[in-house]
Amino acid sequence: MPPTDTILDLECQQLSKSFAGQAAVDNISLSIPSGSFFSILGPSGCGKTTLLRMLAGFVEPDSGDVRIKGHSMLGVPPNKRPLNMVFQHLALFPMMSVADNIAYGLKRRGTSRSEIARRVADVLERVGLPDVGQRKPDQLSGGQKQRIAIARCLVLEPAVLLLDEPLGALDLKLREQMKLELKQLQQTFGTTFVYITHDQSEALVMSDQVAVMNQGRFEHVASPQTLYYQPATAFVAGFVGDSNRLSGRVEAPGRVALASGRIIHATAAGATPADRGAPVSLFVRPEGISPLLPGQPCQMDNCLDARVSTLLFDGANSRIGALLDEGTELTVRLPQTPEFAQLRPGDRLQLGWMGNQAQYFAAPAL
Amino acid sequence: MRSSTAPASGLRLGVFLLMLPLLLWLLLLILLPHVDMVLVSLRERIGFAEHRFSWMHYELFFTESLYWRTFLRTALISIFTTVLTLVIAFPVAWYIAKLVRGRRRTLLFLACLVPFWVSELVRTYGWMILLRESGVISGLLQWSGLAAEPVEMLYNDVAIMVGLVYASILFMLVPLVTTLDSLDDSLVEAAYDLGGNHLSVARHIVIPHAMPGIVSGSIVVFMLSVGNYLTPVLLGGKDSMWFTEQIFTQFITRFNWEQGAAFGVLLLVLSSLIVWSGLKLTRQSFAETMR
Repeated sequence: MPPTDTILDLECQQLSKSFAGQAAVDNISLSIPSGSFFSILGPSGCGKTTLLRMLAGFVEPDSGDVRIKGHSMLGVPPNKRPLNMVFQHLALFPMMSVADNIAYGLKRRGTSRSEIARRVADVLERVGLPDVGQRKPDQLSGGQKQRIAIARCLVLEPAVLLLDEPLGALDLKLREQMKLELKQLQQTFGTTFVYITHDQSEALVMSDQVAVMNQGRFEHVASPQTLYYQPATAFVAGFVGDSNRLSGRVEAPGRVALASGRIIHATAAGATPADRGAPVSLFVRPEGISPLLPGQPCQMDNCLDARVSTLLFDGANSRIGALLDEGTELTVRLPQTPEFAQLRPGDRLQLGWMGNQAQYFAAPAL
Repeated sequence: MRSSTAPASGLRLGVFLLMLPLLLWLLLLILLPHVDMVLVSLRERIGFAEHRFSWMHYELFFTESLYWRTFLRTALISIFTTVLTLVIAFPVAWYIAKLVRGRRRTLLFLACLVPFWVSELVRTYGWMILLRESGVISGLLQWSGLAAEPVEMLYNDVAIMVGLVYASILFMLVPLVTTLDSLDDSLVEAAYDLGGNHLSVARHIVIPHAMPGIVSGSIVVFMLSVGNYLTPVLLGGKDSMWFTEQIFTQFITRFNWEQGAAFGVLLLVLSSLIVWSGLKLTRQSFAETMR
């Protein structure tokens, strides 16, 4: 490897692992710069847990290499790797006090008693729970347990902290709060975080870089903004954020013909642009479509007549199910303006969006 | 008022009826014989059907060295058996609870259970076939040239211990498998991830978690060993005295029921005392174990 000017905390090179002939992780390479928050986002069963367990050392890769701060970790057991892991259900030791939980790793290193006490008190202070040291883990709230599990790893000052969907067990309110806290913790400690999740909002809010994983491969590795606005593949476009997915054929570059014959203006995307006449999947986000009440002029690239079929009220995230005349249903975000509050199922409206709000990808050959 | 008390008393009656078999069992088969045994042990025969109160049968246990030494032997061998059973059963339980899944696991558990379908007498006889002078192991040793003449492996303390471990291992295995099964794998992984080695993970995570199983298994194995009669008599022979043999002798051979009853009470009290001090030494509480 030629030396690069940024320090890479964690690298994977052509990492593969299969179980019973089924590839769980398929030729994955990644490099994570020091001090960043890196998320691996994917549906369940995409191989992200296997990848994480290979990084932690619980699973040996079939081929490829894992490097931490430039040192190969092949054959290094989990207890000798300079990274630590926050488990899905946190795995706090129930028979020990919080302070003993945090001290566990330091004791294994043979740190002196006074040093352990000092560092445990220090890390408890830094995660904002200075007084819980003598409690048992089951006397803590969900959010407190979370912070203790992270403190237990960070007290060891690992090069990399792995987190395996640790927010999954929390209720929604707490999860929202913990997202921000996690990001803050990562910034105060400056440790590299590798975060695994199937929840796109967790990945988008916290991460510097997100890798979208599907069927053992990385589909797209990019910043959250890029993933959202310029997805590299049809899978990413469908998985990150909500999207309406339509099928059609390329009529001309920038123009897609739907099955009904309707022409939609859209932007070609993806590594291999679809040829003229090729089948494509077209994606347009609910928040990219502007609903227009009758009488409002439509000055966009695409203007479609539709009828409200369902109203899904969800406060700020309210949506309309709008049925196009040819029978295709699109989900549209409901603007928070008073004129749309009157909308009822059956009302007619127009849907408009600009050509750069919709992207089309070559559909996979069937 | 009336309507609310009627179901309550009905419920109480239901609970009472459900508990009745257990209560009867405890009363008739456990409590009553023991009360009678205590009463019998505290009387001295002075003539035909004439008795008076006396501690003499208990005094004899402490003054006659044969008796208390036999008990001491019994207790020590039983403690050693318990430790040995634990050491053997723990890896087996770990293997069954953590390393195998599905059908193989059921099969393995069944394999541990199968010997217990055979009568204890037959099982002990099996050990005799293996260990005796003209037995299988002795024959193998001679055939392979490792021994020049027949080797007698029966009728010593080791033979007793082998038989006792074999007879009681299932009672250690079941509680161990149950507690180890409930140990979350991620706790073990987390301990390794934080830098623990095999020894420290076992000491700080696995054993503390398995403690209730270890304690209850050990209590059962110890009590079964101390109170075992068949195995020590058959495998131990004349030279290896077991305390239950003394009780048998007093009741059946000597027809001295008073002395036998006193030994019976002493066996119960002393072995309970050993269990209690074992719990105290390891700082475990009985209630915690039975949870």
